[in-house]
Amino acid sequence: MTFRRPTGGAVDRDTVLRFTFNGQELTGHPGDTLASALLAHGVHEIGGSVKLGRPRGIVAAGSEDPTSLVQVETPFPEPMLLATTVELFDGLVARGLAGQGKLAAEPDPARYDAKHVHCDVLVVGAGPAGLAAALTAARSGARVVLVDEQNQAGGAVLGVDDPSTARWVAEVVAELENTSDVLVLQRTTAFGLYQDGFVLALQKRTDHLGFAAPASRARQRVWRIRTKRTVLATGAHERPVVFPDNDRPGVMLASAARTFLHRYGVLPGSRAVVFATNDSAYLAALDLAQSGVDVPLLLDARPEPPAGLAAECAARGIEVRVGQVTGTEGDRRVTAARVGDELVPCDTLLVSGGWNPVVSLFSQARGTLRYDGGLGAFVPGEELPTVRVAGAATGEFDLAACVRQGQESVGSANEVAVPASDAWRTEEPGLVLWRVPGDDNASFVDLQRDATVTDVLRATGAGLRSLEHIKRYTTIGTAHDQGKTSGMIAAGIVAEALGVDLADQRPTTFRPPYTPVSFAALAGRDRGELHDPVRVTPIHPWHVAHGALFEDVGQWKRPWYYPKPGEDRHAAVLRECRAAREGVALMDGSTLGKIDVQGSDAGKFLDLLYTNMMSTLKVGRIRYGVMCGVDGMVIDDGTVIRIGEERWLVTTTTGNAAKVLDWMEEWLQTEWPHLDVHCTSVTDHWATIPLVGPRSRDVLAAVAPELDVSAAAFEFMTWRDTTIAGVPARVCRISFSGELAYEINVTAWHGLAVWEALIAAGEPYGITPYGTETMHVLRAEKGYPIIGQETDATVTPQDLGMSWVVSKKKPDFIGKRSFARPENLRPDRKQLVGLLPVDPEVLLPEGSQIVGTRELPPPPVPMLGHVTSSYPSAALGRTFALALVRSGRDRVGDTLYVPVGDDLVPVTVTESVLYDREGARRDG
Amino acid sequence: MQLIPCPWCGPREEAEFRYGGQAHVAYPEDPSALSDEEWARYVFFRENPSGPFAERWSHSAGCRRWFNAVRDTRTHELLAVYRAGEPAPEVTA
Amino acid sequence: MTSPPGAHLPEHPDFLWDDREPASSYDVVVVGGGGHGLATAYYLAKVHGITNVAVLEKGWLAGGNMARNTTIIRSNYLWDESSGIYEHSLKLWEGLEDDLGYPILFDQRGVLNLAHSLQDVRDSVRRVNANRLNGIDAEWVDPAGVKEICPIVNVSPDVRYPVLGATYQPRAGIAKHDYVAWGYARAAHAMGVHLIQNCEVTGLEVEHGRIAAVRTSRGRIVAGKVALCAAGHSSVLAKMAGIRLPLASHPLQALVSELLEPVHPTVVMSNAVHVYVSQAHKGELVMGAGIDSYNGYGQRGSFHIIEQQMSAALELFPVFARAHLLRTWAGIVDVSPDASPIVGLTPVGGLYLNCGWGTGGFKATPGVGDCFAHTIAHDEPHPYNAPFTLERFTTGALVDEHGAAAVAH
Repeated sequence: MTFRRPTGGAVDRDTVLRFTFNGQELTGHPGDTLASALLAHGVHEIGGSVKLGRPRGIVAAGSEDPTSLVQVETPFPEPMLLATTVELFDGLVARGLAGQGKLAAEPDPARYDAKHVHCDVLVVGAGPAGLAAALTAARSGARVVLVDEQNQAGGAVLGVDDPSTARWVAEVVAELENTSDVLVLQRTTAFGLYQDGFVLALQKRTDHLGFAAPASRARQRVWRIRTKRTVLATGAHERPVVFPDNDRPGVMLASAARTFLHRYGVLPGSRAVVFATNDSAYLAALDLAQSGVDVPLLLDARPEPPAGLAAECAARGIEVRVGQVTGTEGDRRVTAARVGDELVPCDTLLVSGGWNPVVSLFSQARGTLRYDGGLGAFVPGEELPTVRVAGAATGEFDLAACVRQGQESVGSANEVAVPASDAWRTEEPGLVLWRVPGDDNASFVDLQRDATVTDVLRATGAGLRSLEHIKRYTTIGTAHDQGKTSGMIAAGIVAEALGVDLADQRPTTFRPPYTPVSFAALAGRDRGELHDPVRVTPIHPWHVAHGALFEDVGQWKRPWYYPKPGEDRHAAVLRECRAAREGVALMDGSTLGKIDVQGSDAGKFLDLLYTNMMSTLKVGRIRYGVMCGVDGMVIDDGTVIRIGEERWLVTTTTGNAAKVLDWMEEWLQTEWPHLDVHCTSVTDHWATIPLVGPRSRDVLAAVAPELDVSAAAFEFMTWRDTTIAGVPARVCRISFSGELAYEINVTAWHGLAVWEALIAAGEPYGITPYGTETMHVLRAEKGYPIIGQETDATVTPQDLGMSWVVSKKKPDFIGKRSFARPENLRPDRKQLVGLLPVDPEVLLPEGSQIVGTRELPPPPVPMLGHVTSSYPSAALGRTFALALVRSGRDRVGDTLYVPVGDDLVPVTVTESVLYDREGARRDG
Repeated sequence: MQLIPCPWCGPREEAEFRYGGQAHVAYPEDPSALSDEEWARYVFFRENPSGPFAERWSHSAGCRRWFNAVRDTRTHELLAVYRAGEPAPEVTA
Repeated sequence: MTSPPGAHLPEHPDFLWDDREPASSYDVVVVGGGGHGLATAYYLAKVHGITNVAVLEKGWLAGGNMARNTTIIRSNYLWDESSGIYEHSLKLWEGLEDDLGYPILFDQRGVLNLAHSLQDVRDSVRRVNANRLNGIDAEWVDPAGVKEICPIVNVSPDVRYPVLGATYQPRAGIAKHDYVAWGYARAAHAMGVHLIQNCEVTGLEVEHGRIAAVRTSRGRIVAGKVALCAAGHSSVLAKMAGIRLPLASHPLQALVSELLEPVHPTVVMSNAVHVYVSQAHKGELVMGAGIDSYNGYGQRGSFHIIEQQMSAALELFPVFARAHLLRTWAGIVDVSPDASPIVGLTPVGGLYLNCGWGTGGFKATPGVGDCFAHTIAHDEPHPYNAPFTLERFTTGALVDEHGAAAVAH
């Protein structure tokens, strides 16, 4: 049997869409939701309840529905959607859920994106009030954005049979669409309202297209709207009444039945009993009766039913009786309404307990809410400066008044005419009724969470008074619907139970999002390659072509090592190290941070920044420096070269380049604005190539014919400008390996060419590219620390054995005062030392802890420090490590122990410099 | 996401800015003259009021200038912005 | 037929506590009725027999960070001082359900702390080794091991920041925050502690260097001792007694999805990619976001932080793509300069401080409750909180957990 009427509603009956629900093949039409299509087949039961396993149906017609949860399986699985908001498409496969969905195992192939828009007026909701606001604003020349959750404008108009108002809606929409600077977004839900007019809205762009959705189009889009004024015309949700066994499928809100009838041409059943506390349910009863539904009885909880509407009902054969539904009968669908001792057979029970204005976004905007005792609902309290509320969201239900509010919300006198309508006519005020007494165990307040009146009364009986506590105790309002239909009733029942006035109660907080938003939509395009930028050097293609493996250092990809066929990491690194110590090798050091520091006070500034003296450095020379935080802990190191009287180039570690620039600018701007200093990041301007090893001089000489490379003419810690492979270059004689070495800097544009020229010139000497791992080994053999590896924000220069880099002469520099704190004067601080495993083959894992005893006592075991770096060394012919060890320098020569797995590895403490202590190799 | 009115660039999205904590905490004239307590106060102790708070921001993804703002930490509303070196304006939250 | 997914959750007891009117004086007034305050009152009564105690809460009990955190419990901290108090806490967690007689849903499902760079790996191994020597269960697992423990983590080397391994603490886990708070509240109430809600402290009276009374929105209360357990509001309260704290109060946001079939058997945290996530008992994904940069008492953060969190989460967990964000919220975390708490005595006699827990307060609840109660009862710190003095910022003896806990909690 079909419940689809032959005419009426915005569905295209000429086109048939096939879909499968709970394994059953069914049909519907374009314009249907999954819910309306199911109801057209008489299917009310959607899924089960989360705790008790009771059948759950369709209560509302929109996104406020508490029960019609489905898992959509095609074209891609998506959990926990409402049948009332899934637009039907051909080939849809879905199944009902028991309150819990299932994530797809495979990755989501869809695209998501975000778009920014700025406007004068944002209107949320395209019902009569919202349309009036948007049109008024548009006519005044304002930039307007109108967002609306439905697939078409109209709001409540979509749920009634009112051709003249519908025509008005169409005319307003047409005018809006023809007005410049007006953006109308349907299928777009404003879900978050933040400060300074920042509103987030989710647009569903292709879901309704199903398999026909173009893969190139973003499936969902987050609109980031920045608006001067927001008009919330978000309407109202009908509220049920709680009574025993109110959860059976077939029990539905009266307005939902009316919407299914008028918007989709679907009848909710054959025989409907109506339970009303207000006039609106009469209109549903009349419409359904007119459409052929047998409506034997309308129960009105009010002592005096409205005379006019009651008379209309009588004329339609609907008995209007004062009374209440006290229960239902049925197995998986309601078969009768219980009214006292009487059972009234029916397959549908329509309920209306009044209306709750949708105040979620207003509350998110920190608007205060006020309890309206006549409505039995919270309504917006004091106005907010830039957020206005209009229409049913204020508790106003008269069409003309809603339209007037819409106009007034944008502060314009433009008259928007709306035809008179009797689709929402009222005679008498409603009655606030939360529940009908009866079996509290079967009286459901939150149908999704299976929370009953009993649960609420248990909570108050347990001593709870705050609605927040009661919500948590009962879980009411915590499901996907966030209590849209249940929250107010719960508050009402609590107030009754405690004998308090709802006006004195604080409602539970509304929080974003208004309706659920997929994680993927929020992630947008910031995934995969676009999750975080990848930075590469100009020489990167060469590294890729030559089989380098890469290490992530900050956002940079740095060559880690270059394995030859059959080599593992150790073999490759030993080969690379050997080349650097015995022949010549080169690496790509372009990622090093480089900051150009200029100005007449640059020297003074660097003296404040570095622990050692920089201002005395002569032009042409280079000095190593260390920076500390105000707490005296090392934050970065690098070379400082003096390019001119008022110009310096500072290098930083790769990972800290941006931080050091920030650090410099912060001090300059906030503490020492009187200093004439300017800092510019030039990291990306330069390609930097350390050329290392005893044969590096030969290679350099071959590519830099104008440069006198002799040790006498080109001293250690000096720099020269010259030409390399025909390209202007700056060459620094510095070494991070202890070997004779040159750091070649050329503009980034020429980096690859110069690199290739060096490779070619070095060929006779077996020049070998090396990566960060070899760089780490070479410097560790010399006891040079790596910031972030040997340091961890608790290490001072003195701890690193670098007192020589801390000026005694300078009156002050950043961090100096902290060196004198008691903790920094302790003799038992952890200090950087070398460790030699007694067995030279044993490689200590980096991060190993160090203990002083041959046997481990029971925990907690006193620890003396940890291994910061550990490598096999080609130069030493053995393994070695660097470590931070308590009183380390006093322990040189001692044997300590390193727990490795279940073993204790004996190690000998040494000085941190293990290779070429005399520094004999740096001149080649 | 708030709009922060950079005194040099005008209102910009919060994501363009870096936060710098309490404003008007001067680096001591002579740190070596301070006791450990006084030095610790400079290094670690900042006001943390619930209400108007004079604080530093840097327009790090814009003009890269540091400036000061008075912001109500209860509502996060910016009550005033002013350039570095200017005195904190009187504001009422 | 399988039973419904929500059928097995335990019910709350029929009785929790009665609201009290404040009395005119108490031996101990605990300011702040969150997890720490309630636990402190509980241990004061249970361990030390001090029951003339009031817990003052300006809103509803456990409605601050206790109601807003992501309930991760672990003790795998780097430094001895931290591992001491957190491991003490974890041991108490392991017996807490019996101790309180309340089903707190403590579930030791383990926590993975992911490493994404070679330095992360070194730091992780260092922490694992320190943990083991401190008697804390910890292991280093490689990417295949990560996959085995949590099959939905994307351990492909092709992602922007590949997972290079993780530390794993099997005894770590989660609990249900409300249940924990209410368990403490109920038990404390049963021993005579007064739980006073909607009672905001407006002043602290100090006489001759000693705390004398607490002024509140519901009148003046004479107090023998006052214990501050007010998390984000600690600076404001301490200032009432003339004490400055090195704290900054920041918004910290978290979020939850709808109920989903179990996919995530453990807890996963990543500092580098800014994710921490678990799947709670009913099936919702619970996630924490990064801290908002600015000071704020507004219990709200900026949405771009949530968006960043989502993109990071999908990098690690591609299967989350079509999970839905159901609810976001924010707490106020009090962050100290070394990311470690401040627990102990103050310059004012009889006034005790427990603050600076930043993002890590929930897991410490039983441990700090026990140690803080000891501190109050004996007027001297318990050995586990002795390192966490206010004076350490003067001497420099910090317990710098930035590396271990800067972002994650």
